[in-house]
Amino acid sequence: MAKYVIVGASAAGIGAVEAIREIDTAGTITVISDEACPQYSRPMISDYVSGKADFNKMKCRDDEFWKQLKAEAITGKKATALNLTEKTVTLESGEKVPYEKLLLATGGKPFVPKMEGQEKDGVFTFTTITDAQRIAAKIDAIKAKSAVVIGAGLIGLSVTEALTKRGLKVTMVELQDKILSLLLDPQASEMVEGAVKAAGVNIVTGQSVQKIIGKHDNDAAVGGVILTKGDTVQCDLVIVAIGVIPRTELVAGAAIKINRGIIVDNTMQTNVPDVYASGDVAEAYDFVLGQNRLLPLWPLAMQEGHVAGHNMAGQKSTYEGGTNMSSLKYFGIPIVSIGLANPKDDPTVEVLVKSDFERKVYKKLVLRNNVIVGMTMVNCIERAGVIFYLLKNGINIKKFKDQLLVDSFCLATLPASLQKKMNVVQ
Amino acid sequence: MKKIVAKQEACMGCGLCEVHCTVAHSKTKDIIKAYNSERPKPISRVTREIQKPVSFAIQCRHCEDAPCVVACLTGAMTKDPKTGEVKHNKDKCMGCWTCIMVCPYGAIKMDKENKVIAKCDLCQGLKEPACVANCPNQALEFKEVRS
Ligand SMILES: Cc1cc2nc3c(=O)[nH]c(=O)nc-3n(C[C@H](O)[C@H](O)[C@H](O)COP(=O)(O)OP(=O)(O)OC[C@H]3O[C@@H](n4cnc5c(N)ncnc54)[C@H](O)[C@@H]3O)c2cc1C
Ligand code: SF4
Ligand code: SF4
Repeated sequence: MAKYVIVGASAAGIGAVEAIREIDTAGTITVISDEACPQYSRPMISDYVSGKADFNKMKCRDDEFWKQLKAEAITGKKATALNLTEKTVTLESGEKVPYEKLLLATGGKPFVPKMEGQEKDGVFTFTTITDAQRIAAKIDAIKAKSAVVIGAGLIGLSVTEALTKRGLKVTMVELQDKILSLLLDPQASEMVEGAVKAAGVNIVTGQSVQKIIGKHDNDAAVGGVILTKGDTVQCDLVIVAIGVIPRTELVAGAAIKINRGIIVDNTMQTNVPDVYASGDVAEAYDFVLGQNRLLPLWPLAMQEGHVAGHNMAGQKSTYEGGTNMSSLKYFGIPIVSIGLANPKDDPTVEVLVKSDFERKVYKKLVLRNNVIVGMTMVNCIERAGVIFYLLKNGINIKKFKDQLLVDSFCLATLPASLQKKMNVVQ
Repeated sequence: MKKIVAKQEACMGCGLCEVHCTVAHSKTKDIIKAYNSERPKPISRVTREIQKPVSFAIQCRHCEDAPCVVACLTGAMTKDPKTGEVKHNKDKCMGCWTCIMVCPYGAIKMDKENKVIAKCDLCQGLKEPACVANCPNQALEFKEVRS
């Protein structure tokens, strides 16, 4: 009997195994993943499509990782059922794996709305290495020249860049008025939009795809899309990158409470004792909003996995929380966006902005009672971590407010007492 | 572990630490070439933090619970369990800048030409880190500290 069973072996699963082994070097661990080699960097699949990275580079842990941490890895097999009374996980082969402590780290799956023609050959999602391999193979096989990417969020932007680098003409279709609308305000979004367009990408906003149509000579293969307003865009591929939703099918019908994701407490335990959840599948604490919610981000999945692992191994640990925090590199524009970066009609916040369109530099801070609660930095991110420290620790910035956005802002700007606390000098 | 420690009162803000760091991380190890012709441009991993009259040099603190290691999207950033050094493997790095977002010290630099990050590696192989060895005012020390 395995003491610890972990379903899903990506960021959250890896984090949990590492944390368990910090405390319990003997207890048996079994990880289960339906991916053949799960320990790869999911965000790097765009570099795979563009040709910048091969699968070897993408591995975020060694091939020997599971063995080194004495974890049995059951890969390429799906877990299909849970029995919470018997304390077992059933695999698709019918085999049952008993557990004492269970972690659900099943992540997310792409959200694909119903669209006419979505079954056509050449329609893809973009979340796994398998997706990336299929897309790359398809491009080669049909010598694809153009693509429509549905969704202009982080994942949409990443696949758009990859396809553009491979020489395809890409049209991004976004329902909102602006690209990256969950991360950026309209001003920052326009700055990025300029760079994306300059790379030859066609951007359509305020519309969606109502229908995917076939090619003239082969209706089963993607030939184009029809937009909400009726225009047709011809293309060889369609990539649906609208977003990810928690992959909760394993717990459906079980006694584990789900809202949009699995509900957990600050030890990452679900309402069922000995059953934990972490990563994209869980609703964990957002310290800016002061509530639990879905935050599908790699660093948070890793952290939540750590917390779950420690608690599973008997060392009490509480999750300090995360927030919406993204760093983007696409189209040569570095962006950091954290927390309440784009508050709408909120009378309780104060907004500081500094923009320089010529240099394509944009900095914005959102404050509440002199504490930073949100930030955006475009094209000047090297000090973003210092600001994030102030945000995360709820530091009152009143005394140096006017210094935060000047170009010379640095650690030396901070009050001596804070420098001391941070241990920057002797 | 042994870390680089800044003595604020001794720092003149002259920037020689940056110069010597750049040269130590260049291919040619030649100051003129490192600054004028070498491509990709070598990058200093130490920065002068200046807010007059205060100045001091900062580089990676090799944090105990390093936020960059937890956040790294690719496993390029790791903590050596034996030495405590936070190591960066540029062959694994995808230049996503996630570590920059979470480093409280702003100690990670963008190597835009190579599309990876650059940070202090404590000058592995040298007797003493180049910034420490070359500070004219001994404003940097390399010494054993608690964490
Ligand atoms: C293209 C792309 C770009 C991204 N870029 C960024 C970025 O820049 N920054 C960032 O922070 N985040 C980014 N993300 C998000 C990040 O990848 C996720 O937040 C992270 O992977 C979540 O980790 P996880 O362990 O919770 O789940 P996942 O990585 O989704 O892993 C879950 C694993 O469990 C397996 N699994 C699920 N159910 C079962 C089952 N029943 N049986 C067996 N195995 C199962 C899955 O196959 C998968 O391997 C990106 C994601 C994508 C797709
Ligand atoms: S890069 Fe920054 S966060 Fe990482 S160990 Fe160094 S100082 Fe700490
Ligand atoms: S830039 Fe490189 S080292 Fe930093 S988080 Fe991304 S992959 Fe890791």
